[in-house]
Amino acid sequence: MDAQEAFRQEVREWLQANCPESMRKPPVREEQVWAGRNQSFPSEDAKIWFERMRDKGWTVPEWPREYGGGGLDESQCKILKEEMKALGCRAPLLDLGIWMLGPALLEYGSEEQKKEHLPNITAGKIRWCQGYSEPGAGSDLASLQCKAEDKGDHFLVNGTKIWTTNADKSDWIFCLVRTDPNVKKQEGISFLLIDMASEGVSVSPIELISGESEFCQTFFDNVKVPKKNLVAELNKGWSVAKALLKHERKLMSETQDNAGPNISPVMAAEHYVGKDANGKIVDHALRDQLTQHEMKFRALGLTHFRSFEERVAGVGEGTIPMIMKYVGTESSKSKEELLLALMGTQALGWEGEAFTSDELLVTRGWLFSKALSIAGGSSEVQLNIIAKRVLGLPD
Amino acid sequence: MPLVLNEEQRLLKDTASEFLNSQAPVDALRKLRDNKDELGYDQPLWQQMVELGWAGITLPEAYGGLDFGFMGLGAVIEESGRRLTASPLFSSVVLGASAIILGGSEQQKQALLPAIASGETSLALALEESSHHRPTLISTSAEKDGDNYRLSGSKVSVIDGASAEQLIVVARTSGKNGETNGISLFLVDGKAEGLTRSRRWMADSRAVADVSLDGVSVSADSVIGEVDKGWEILDATLDRGRICLAAEMLGGVLECFERTVAYLKEREQFGVKIGSFQALKHRAAHMYTEIELAKSVVLDAFSAIDEGRADLGQMASLAKATLNDVFYLVSSEAVQMHGGIGVTDELEIGFFLKRSRMAIQLLGDSGFHRDRYASLSGY
Repeated sequence: MDAQEAFRQEVREWLQANCPESMRKPPVREEQVWAGRNQSFPSEDAKIWFERMRDKGWTVPEWPREYGGGGLDESQCKILKEEMKALGCRAPLLDLGIWMLGPALLEYGSEEQKKEHLPNITAGKIRWCQGYSEPGAGSDLASLQCKAEDKGDHFLVNGTKIWTTNADKSDWIFCLVRTDPNVKKQEGISFLLIDMASEGVSVSPIELISGESEFCQTFFDNVKVPKKNLVAELNKGWSVAKALLKHERKLMSETQDNAGPNISPVMAAEHYVGKDANGKIVDHALRDQLTQHEMKFRALGLTHFRSFEERVAGVGEGTIPMIMKYVGTESSKSKEELLLALMGTQALGWEGEAFTSDELLVTRGWLFSKALSIAGGSSEVQLNIIAKRVLGLPD
Repeated sequence: MPLVLNEEQRLLKDTASEFLNSQAPVDALRKLRDNKDELGYDQPLWQQMVELGWAGITLPEAYGGLDFGFMGLGAVIEESGRRLTASPLFSSVVLGASAIILGGSEQQKQALLPAIASGETSLALALEESSHHRPTLISTSAEKDGDNYRLSGSKVSVIDGASAEQLIVVARTSGKNGETNGISLFLVDGKAEGLTRSRRWMADSRAVADVSLDGVSVSADSVIGEVDKGWEILDATLDRGRICLAAEMLGGVLECFERTVAYLKEREQFGVKIGSFQALKHRAAHMYTEIELAKSVVLDAFSAIDEGRADLGQMASLAKATLNDVFYLVSSEAVQMHGGIGVTDELEIGFFLKRSRMAIQLLGDSGFHRDRYASLSGY
């Protein structure tokens, strides 16, 4: 048995012994465990599962041990992921700090900043949100206006951030702020960490077409931020932002909404459209649509896997990650539209007894999916990036 | 399931690329077309390909092959697809030899496989009877006549059907049109009495032929596998064919796409490179994403052959349907983005457009394969 197989065996046994039975199925939204100062657990099992994984360093297995991570290499992380999937283990902890800020701090943060923030992330003590877009700066992110003025021992922040997901539940926010208005727009931006408990910070939720209010607008009114909270050099925030956006896009390309409905397109076709005596979906057009989706989905999965294999083997052009945000979010949207087509009016219910909770989740999920190809760099922005960076087409 | 080529396979691909660049550019196909070449491929070139070992890549060592696997052959075929190289590699090695390897008797294997590997003989699969790929719609009949069988019927669009030394004829020994039971495979000599073959002249300039069988008599040991039970051999052979054809198409896609992107960077209108227009950028970037997905699918399909995976049928249909759609998209966009010169015979893009539509029809269009994929997946 080689070292990898031995590790797999060890992981499998540990998960079998330590993952409570009730944590072996996808959580509904209310059952998710998020980080936070006032962290609360929906169940005793959720708390046990989180604590065991935290103590093992596996809330963020790929980070160094000194910051509370698991110190696993890429192949080991993949094994852990596969074994968790095989057993159905849910994520023990959810937080933007894990997915986005952490990787950026590891690359750009000072040792002091890493020591201050990373262990709080792995231990689930602080919940992070992101302050990038502004009412006047969406796809043209670099035109942002929220400003931080140098006041000697601190920055004074004034302005507003929009689409700050779950800002009303978060403890800290990582922000892009304008620190020099007199240079090319990308060159006057800095990356700042702000405690949401600071005086002058306020948040108001935004209601979406799905009826949900995960997104917020966050306001900064003469907020004092200590100098030590500047990540990377002054006016070098754009580089950090770009690196971080890559993490966000990777995440969005892999997004499988854990809290989504328990209905796959194939199940929907079988249940709502029906099969004939030969076992074929009776509606030929819908069957063809379903198959197109299933094929695309398989191709997507294989491409994720190829990207991993290329990295391990050190071959290939390394361009796959750049296409995945576009491809992943567009096919997620198509999946939701397909569910609508397959379920008909049962997927258009808003509330009430006429619909099952899964059916209502499909309606909301479909509307929510519209944001996927807008947030984190719209599909059009992604295509611009591919055209420029991968294909080398001129400006 | 490896989704990257290993070092040996990469080396083979590079060798194929170099060789074909110097010996078989797209212009070679143009010459075959302009000369109305009866054979449809260049015999000396094919002999060189044989000497490079390509005809034996997937054949077992015991029968004069290299036993190097389909992943390696796929790399060679992808490179031929980039140059639209005409050769019996597909008809004889992929389809013909696969049928013999999968279903042939020991005697058939010994008689045919070493000769295929050395280029001494060639096979072609006489399957289709209509304008579409319908492998179970077989009305060509094979009737018992003493110890022999008599074959009667008509086949269309047989790839390299006029030049192959021997044909594998798909015929019905029992059952009804549309049934898989009762299909049998027969080896028929190209010079057999009652067999007539005539070239069809196609837009893509590649060689296919119509074959008519008028009471052609063959002995019982010409049957490949068992009488009435040829379907499984045929289906598995076709899956190898579909995946290899998808690799050829991927080569065509990559060549078309790279030429188009190069043109976008070079052509100027309104005082700027046309590649700076967002209307073209977005379409080019979208194509790139489709191509990356297609590459993964083709690689995994080859793994499915080499590893003898149970989902081979699904992977073959996934690969063929995906490449049908991507080749359609990329070849169409290549013509449009080249503008006026895109519709001239002088520019080679037209050859890719023509080949794409023929390749889409061969061994199943996207509708056929989505239907098949759905059935194999249980819906």
